[in-house]
Amino acid sequence: MAKLILSLDGQVIKEFTLTKERSTIGRKPHNDIQIDNLAVSGEHAIIMTILNDSFLEDLGSTNGTLVNGQPVKKHFLQNNDVVEIGKYKLKYVNEAPATMGQSEFEKTMVLRAPAAGSKAETKAPTDTQNNVPQAAKLSDTVINAQAAPAAPDAPKPAPSPAPAPAAAAPAATVMPGGQGTIQILSGPNAGKELPLLKPLTTLGKPGVQVAVIAKRPQGYFITHVEGATFPVVNGKALDAQAHQLNDHDIIELARVKMEFFLKS
Amino acid sequence: MNLTPSLEMAKATHTGMVRSHNEDSIATDPQIGLAVLADGMGGYNAGEVASGIATALISSETREALARHAPHELDKTSGSPLATRLLREIIARANTSIFQSANSQPQYAGMGTTLVVTLLCNNQITVAHIGDSRCYRFRGVKLQQITRDHSLRQEQIDSGLLTKEAAKRSQNKNLVTRALGIEPEVEAEIRTYPAQTGDIYLLCSDGLNDMVDDEDIEMTLAAIGSNLPLAADQLVQMANDNGGRDNVSVVLIRVKKDFPADEGLWAKFLSWF
Repeated sequence: MAKLILSLDGQVIKEFTLTKERSTIGRKPHNDIQIDNLAVSGEHAIIMTILNDSFLEDLGSTNGTLVNGQPVKKHFLQNNDVVEIGKYKLKYVNEAPATMGQSEFEKTMVLRAPAAGSKAETKAPTDTQNNVPQAAKLSDTVINAQAAPAAPDAPKPAPSPAPAPAAAAPAATVMPGGQGTIQILSGPNAGKELPLLKPLTTLGKPGVQVAVIAKRPQGYFITHVEGATFPVVNGKALDAQAHQLNDHDIIELARVKMEFFLKS
Repeated sequence: MNLTPSLEMAKATHTGMVRSHNEDSIATDPQIGLAVLADGMGGYNAGEVASGIATALISSETREALARHAPHELDKTSGSPLATRLLREIIARANTSIFQSANSQPQYAGMGTTLVVTLLCNNQITVAHIGDSRCYRFRGVKLQQITRDHSLRQEQIDSGLLTKEAAKRSQNKNLVTRALGIEPEVEAEIRTYPAQTGDIYLLCSDGLNDMVDDEDIEMTLAAIGSNLPLAADQLVQMANDNGGRDNVSVVLIRVKKDFPADEGLWAKFLSWF
């Protein structure tokens, strides 16, 4: 269960567990989280909680709401976010997955509608502000959360000059022993180097002979994809199984010789 | 009508790196153009039972039904191809069967399963799904998801509460809003699309799309889609290399050439009326 820890000047004042679907924050006493300070508006902000996710919305307060130092109107709260209202800080703590056990938590579960046979797919209204979400009607818009700051994209390595059909590559992981690289040894492209940055790099000529090198946490593996002849590694033809490549292995494919090596 | 000359299918399923057993179940029958994938849920081994019932029952009943009717015939009441009605009825029977087992045997109480079924006929693909198991189409160089998850996360994205990017950080993963066998009745979402030569259809459980980005799935099909069994294994391996937190299953279907229904006799038959 997520909670908010209220503090002032580093001194913890109180903890609030977000048990309600709608928790209000403000100066007036009827608020769930009351902060009795003139810098805080009477009704300052609300937090909508839908199962394990919480969303903060500023209710047009006079002095505004900050999350991690940035002013926000609406914000999808993440574990350890710090909400600032006036001089007060509210730390959002949501460690549900760790305490529930990762594997149990990720099991697929059915969100059961209370009334059986309510097949009507509720169309989401777009501007409702004060709907209390129920399991059955979760499609109702509660807060039009505008994008919480987008997670920074994983760094993408520069596109490889090789004409491999592979598209986007995920974050380049540092491979033990160095970056796997192919150097062409024969044919018109002799001398060219092809760094194996992508999870999959195909080699060869489509329709004639193609092999793929998969970059895996354990290393680099070559597998035959298509064609009547199989790739040859160190003079030995492969079978249909993936074959792990070692530093300085010599590969022959579509009559081209190439060397696999680990570049440090 | 045997569709094997037109369709190639490959499948792979794996327990993953974390779970103790595989609750996914898959079945393919290229002869009749059918593929079924189910991701079971429920305590102990009930999830496997639910997904197993779903794939077995749907495969056998579809095979039987297609022996009696051609799936491209038009349904007289709805005017849509019979494939739609056929799948709807068979899925309803699978639902009843799982629901009754769950209610009559205490060890199966509460079991259920997601489902995605594709039936290809007459240059069309009919896709039925319940829950968050998906069907994607890879055409040309683009991968496109053609089912929309019945899940809390998808509803929140649709309603604007979450952006697609923010949804990846949501704690409310894996909550489906529809499943087979949980309620006495369930409505499958069924749609029909034209299929083209060269298309590759991917059916997968959330163990794939939660662990492997769509871009990497697309890249894999672009790079090694020419070798369907290898591509299926590669997708499973990528999910496991990324952590394999769930069971992972994939079915790949390639349209090798077009497969028009054998209209001759039917056209003659229908023209009598």
